[in-house]
Amino acid sequence: MTGFRWAFARDLRLAWRHPGETFLVIVFFAIVASLFPLGVGAEPQVLARIGPGVIWVCALLAALLSLPSMLSSDYIDGSLEQMALSPHPMASWVTGKIAAHWSVTGLPLTLLSPLLGLEYGLEADTQAVLAAGLLLGTPVLSLLGAACSALTLGARGAGTLLALLALPLFVPVLIFGAGAAQAQASGLSPQAALSLLGAGLIFAGLAVPPAACAAIRIALD
Amino acid sequence: MSALEARGLACARGDVRLFRDVSFAALPGEWIALTGANGSGKTTLLRCVAGLVRPESGEVLWDGRPAHASGSTLHENAVFVGHAPGVKDDLTAAENLRDALALRGVACGEAAMDEALGQVGLSTRRRLAARRLSAGQRRRIGLARLWLDPAPVWLLDEPLAALDAEGERLFSGMLERHLARGGLAVVATHHALAPAPDREVRLGS
Repeated sequence: MTGFRWAFARDLRLAWRHPGETFLVIVFFAIVASLFPLGVGAEPQVLARIGPGVIWVCALLAALLSLPSMLSSDYIDGSLEQMALSPHPMASWVTGKIAAHWSVTGLPLTLLSPLLGLEYGLEADTQAVLAAGLLLGTPVLSLLGAACSALTLGARGAGTLLALLALPLFVPVLIFGAGAAQAQASGLSPQAALSLLGAGLIFAGLAVPPAACAAIRIALD
Repeated sequence: MSALEARGLACARGDVRLFRDVSFAALPGEWIALTGANGSGKTTLLRCVAGLVRPESGEVLWDGRPAHASGSTLHENAVFVGHAPGVKDDLTAAENLRDALALRGVACGEAAMDEALGQVGLSTRRRLAARRLSAGQRRRIGLARLWLDPAPVWLLDEPLAALDAEGERLFSGMLERHLARGGLAVVATHHALAPAPDREVRLGS
């Protein structure tokens, strides 16, 4: 637990020192999501139909944008080996780093989503389901992203490789996240999709930290 | 007696065999110099002892027990300083020092940290982001950490890289103090250090 707290507090502090990098992700999300209404045209029906999907894809891309620096900067400056050799279990500080990553990317994106929902003229209940989906789904993105980012440590062209690895894994999250909001918009129950997202979060929370640890050990060897 | 021992270590990188059958033992108060040409595997051997690299064969013993098995206390008792000193550019010297100590679970007051930063000549630079420090000054953050950490085992990879003559003397003094307190050290180095090594392990010969 001390390992978790240490990594979480440190990564938040580092993100705070670099507000530009953190805001970049959020601004990217807002701008890309705002481009679609401009390109597609202002027909309310079309916008309301594509809204949830577009917002989810933008969240995916924004999460991807922040992934490469998650572990690689620590790998390059030697902090990662110091953490690996610390008395704390590796899974504790890896989870702390993932939680910090989510706090500076997934959480602000979730909080921002109702504002973008307005642009697409989404109903209030659809917006609520969209936000709930993002709240459950964005931690999964941070978790899966951490494992992929650990696998690409030390590789050349790691950023591109990371996108190729991570995006296919993000697909189920996209399907169920956008699916929940679309179900709500068309008068169906979003519960099934949200439950699957929740199940995905539990599964990723249990399975990803050991996988990321194994990948980090290989990278340091 | 807590001794650090390596028995018949062998390591290869890809197809290149770096070293084989390397054995040494260090008792409290002793230090071992790892020497050898560039590329002879000093760093790999040190990372092997630290537990970052798995050896092809052989084993590392701490206190007579396998050092990297579960239940071993080597990680609580060892400080490893590699090529990259693990200093974060965006944090100040004082913050870097505090983080490094907190990660190792060493409780340390502000006064002691100030004193340590003064010892290594960084007292006027303590509030400066590490990106504004020179390579040698970053190394000195690592020295301040060694000064404060009571760990009995030091595993150091070229600790004198980028340090000036005064920094070398500073390090020699710290090594002497560490050994006098019953610590032990394994140091990969090209330099002749002031307390002569108790043993030398020459790689690549």
